[in-house]
Amino acid sequence: MKLKDVISPFYVWKRAFEKPYTNTNPLETRDGSANYRGFHANDIEMCIGCGTCEAVCQNAAIDMVPVEGVDTTMSDSGLRPKIDYGRCCWCALCVDVCTTASLRLTNEYTWFSSDKDEDFRFIPGIDKKSWDDNELGYRRHEGLELLDYKRQAMDHIPFEDSTKSFIEMFHGYSAKQAKLEAERCVDCGLCIAKCPAHMDIPEYIKAIRDGDFELGAKILYATNPMPATCGRICTHLCETVCSIGVQGDPVAIRWLKRYIIDQIEPGDLKDALGEIFPDNGKKVAIIGAGPGGLSAAYYLRQLGYSTTIYEGREAAGGMIRYGVPEYRMPYDQIDKETNYLKECGVEFKFNTYVGRDIQLENLMDDYDAVYFSVGLTIPYGLGIEGEEHPRVLSGLQVLDDATERVEENPNIGKSVAVIGGGNVAMDCCRVSKRYDADVHLYYRRRISEMPADSDEIHESQGEGVVFHTQAIPVRVEPADNPNQVKLVWGEAEMVTPKDGGRPRPVLQEDKIHTDTFDCIIKAIGQEGNYEFFTGEYKEKLETKWGKIIHNEYMQTSIPKLFVGGDIANPQADAISAIADGHLAAKGIDLFLLHPDDKQMKK
Amino acid sequence: MFTPDRSKYPKHVNGRPEIDLSSGKYTKVWHGPQHPGITGNMALEITLCGDEVVESITHVGYLHRGFEKLMERRTFIQCFPIVCRIAVPEPAFNEYCFSAALEELSDIEIPEQAQWLRTFNLELMRLSSFLMWIGGMAGALGQGTIGQWCVTHRDYVADLFEEMTGGRIYHMYMLPGGVRAPLPPGFKERAFKVFDGIEKMLDAVDKVLYNNYVFKQRTQGLGIITRDMIERYGVVGPNARACGVKRDVRLDEPYVKYDELDFDYVTANASDAYARAVCRFEETLQSIDLCRQVLNKMPKDGPFHTKTPNVMNWKVAPGETYAKAECTRGEYGFYMVTDGSDKPRRVHARGPSMTHAICLMEQLAINTNVSDIAGLMVSIHTYPPEVER
Ligand SMILES: Cc1cc2nc3c(=O)[nH]c(=O)nc-3n(C[C@H](O)[C@H](O)[C@H](O)COP(=O)(O)OP(=O)(O)OC[C@H]3O[C@@H](n4cnc5c(N)ncnc54)[C@H](O)[C@@H]3O)c2cc1C
Ligand code: SF4
Ligand code: SF4
Repeated sequence: MKLKDVISPFYVWKRAFEKPYTNTNPLETRDGSANYRGFHANDIEMCIGCGTCEAVCQNAAIDMVPVEGVDTTMSDSGLRPKIDYGRCCWCALCVDVCTTASLRLTNEYTWFSSDKDEDFRFIPGIDKKSWDDNELGYRRHEGLELLDYKRQAMDHIPFEDSTKSFIEMFHGYSAKQAKLEAERCVDCGLCIAKCPAHMDIPEYIKAIRDGDFELGAKILYATNPMPATCGRICTHLCETVCSIGVQGDPVAIRWLKRYIIDQIEPGDLKDALGEIFPDNGKKVAIIGAGPGGLSAAYYLRQLGYSTTIYEGREAAGGMIRYGVPEYRMPYDQIDKETNYLKECGVEFKFNTYVGRDIQLENLMDDYDAVYFSVGLTIPYGLGIEGEEHPRVLSGLQVLDDATERVEENPNIGKSVAVIGGGNVAMDCCRVSKRYDADVHLYYRRRISEMPADSDEIHESQGEGVVFHTQAIPVRVEPADNPNQVKLVWGEAEMVTPKDGGRPRPVLQEDKIHTDTFDCIIKAIGQEGNYEFFTGEYKEKLETKWGKIIHNEYMQTSIPKLFVGGDIANPQADAISAIADGHLAAKGIDLFLLHPDDKQMKK
Repeated sequence: MFTPDRSKYPKHVNGRPEIDLSSGKYTKVWHGPQHPGITGNMALEITLCGDEVVESITHVGYLHRGFEKLMERRTFIQCFPIVCRIAVPEPAFNEYCFSAALEELSDIEIPEQAQWLRTFNLELMRLSSFLMWIGGMAGALGQGTIGQWCVTHRDYVADLFEEMTGGRIYHMYMLPGGVRAPLPPGFKERAFKVFDGIEKMLDAVDKVLYNNYVFKQRTQGLGIITRDMIERYGVVGPNARACGVKRDVRLDEPYVKYDELDFDYVTANASDAYARAVCRFEETLQSIDLCRQVLNKMPKDGPFHTKTPNVMNWKVAPGETYAKAECTRGEYGFYMVTDGSDKPRRVHARGPSMTHAICLMEQLAINTNVSDIAGLMVSIHTYPPEVER
């Protein structure tokens, strides 16, 4: 035994004089650190109710619940997370995956209640708590990304080469890109509500992740018989509400749709979809083989109707074929979709223009119901002096010519002014570029206000179209050369009306310019042509602002007659026409086979 | 020293003692699961002859939460908040092994800064756990005051964890791809202050506990781990190093940034409870040194996390791997099998406690005086939750 080992422990006495280490709670409290994972706080305005927090919580501590003061909208489920603190383990994964960064944890870690009935399940941001305004507490740190915020870029023909041909510009995703892009989805489903056709987007994206393209195609066809079209040129409203888009790039829903359908060879659709079409003995006539007509025909076939499409032109597709240029929408893709419809038993009567080759009356008499979706074919005029000049062309005509005779210059010359700011205008610009023209675009407002798709604007600029914005056409004048024309236009100033509202372009009289071109292409919109309505039908058909009035199942003021597409909906895009066709098919079914149904005029 | 009358001892048949309780020669006592000297929810079923242990059987089952099974039903990211719970006082090793295994199976390289932060977190974890152990060991031998000192300072380490990770006990910090947050401003200075305090306290512990006649008397010669036990029972960590075995994953197969740190094996030769206590004391000081080294060497900032696939849809290709690290008690590892789905097919957590608390303890207990059982149990440093995954 060493003496030291006996004496040394007495050192312990020294510690008796030290100050205590503990806090005298509640006199002295200690706040949680800046990074502390305490009770949740949620910015209710920022939260979109996507439910990703609920999905990640492995304790199932989160329920998405409706709350007062928050409405369900196209981009907000209207639900908010409610946290069960009997289950939560404060892992903050919900914070890390919150798509909007609205959710965070505060540094408050205690909660007392003397009321035994008080619930320990709170809706952060709705149930007011003392910690709501605590600035401190865990948030997702910049640099920690558990979601994938960056979109897979799609390869395309570079701008130097894209204008040299009408070959499809975008190559589509590779298998790897598609899978990576599909993995970005968080399955919130907000997009379903926004899509006019309510396509089951999260499910078909899941089918890509699972590599099951047949299932994917079935999901697509459940709401859309033109996925190859929409996978390329859809206005993709769905992407505007994608929750991943709040902090990053929205999931490329449109491109993924294209990817699925591109995996199925044209002749294999029948096998892949494995559909059986019944026959209920009733027949429906459809006027117009655009998206609206094709969609109605398909869903009517599914319900057992025999369907015949009357189409004035020699091929199907409507504006998708004769308007949208081939570098965006290759014709073989439209054929792939139309051929499948033929396999489904849809009958096509091409080159049969209703009003000329056959009369509406005959169809109304011969069929159990008639659906029409004839699109907008009459271009709006510019409403300015001199526009009847022969070198002022209609955009629709130029695009039509480029479809019919792609190898010939559609009479536009080598310098072109395009007037408008929508997709038709962009198409006219880019088609003109492909005929080697020098192209100038004139638009009344700012780029941010252009109705055209932002991709289209970007690609037009990439291909060298010169944009003149806040530029108002004033008049058209003949040029010295009869094959040319002068555009007189003025610069505009954006003026906000006194009562607020959207700023309007106001012409500045002192800033007028004159430019000379080989032609001016007007592309500022178009309207429907209802001349084939004659006699009693003309009288009975009700329209408003040039569009056909209908009920929620697309039934017009004439009970047997249903409508859809650009002449019926304000969006005037392919997917809305497709949605209309589907609805009309249900409407026709209700009308013909459900005599007790109260929603339809009989 | 007390010498028992061995004539009354049971005969061994097939390696087990033949005990006839009705003979009146033996007493059975349950040590635990509530006994503080048992290091958690475990029980030793002890058969005594007089006050000498003739048989000890370790019982578990008081803490089974089925983590391994739970993980088979959770997506990879959902496993992340679970794993830390597998060893309550040392969550970091679970987080690290889980993440490292998943990263290996998914071909993810984590950034430099994340490696430094992981090294720091793991070493700080060792420090915190050693402090708890020293307190526990002192407590088991009746020196509760030292337990208070150590736990106080461990709480200052918990403050550091809180700042760094957002949690004091379950840090949930190391996740697949790296770590969740960089160090907050001013952290290094605060950490150094905490380390200084601990060193000062350890100096007192050295005087009061390690140079204490009673402590030495009771621990020297207690629970000697023989050479042949080391391989037979898979003895690792300070339990092995106190027998002169140079075995330390940090040095044998360096991971994260251990190959850039300056340190060596801490060993002793006596193989008894005292030698183990000395090793752990030295390793506590070593941990402080390593923590300082990391904070001094690591870059000021840099990316701390690499983008993983969207965790909501993360599938991992079929594969299997074993990731390991040196926790305070030796080799800690996760064996992970994936099958191409979004959930692990199987995860097995290997902690040193399984072999130490059951196979080894059952051997060491024999012929021990019952009053030393608590000290013996603590001296092999086991955590029941990692036996019951
Ligand atoms: C240049 C251009 C670009 C566009 N780009 C896009 C785009 O990128 N994305 C998008 O979603 N939408 C785009 N659109 C809009 C889209 O093409 C239309 O919304 C869609 O085609 C409307 O379908 P629909 O069935 O209503 O009519 P349409 O597609 O116009 O089809 C009507 C069909 O009816 C036929 N028809 C007309 N009258 C008769 C008659 N009396 N008898 C027999 N047949 C008749 C026509 O020949 C035509 O085939 C674009 C339109 C144009 C003009
Ligand atoms: S902190 Fe973790 S356990 Fe709590 S609600 Fe969020 S995800 Fe669920
Ligand atoms: S993840 Fe965020 S945005 Fe989505 S519901 Fe939860 S709190 Fe709201």
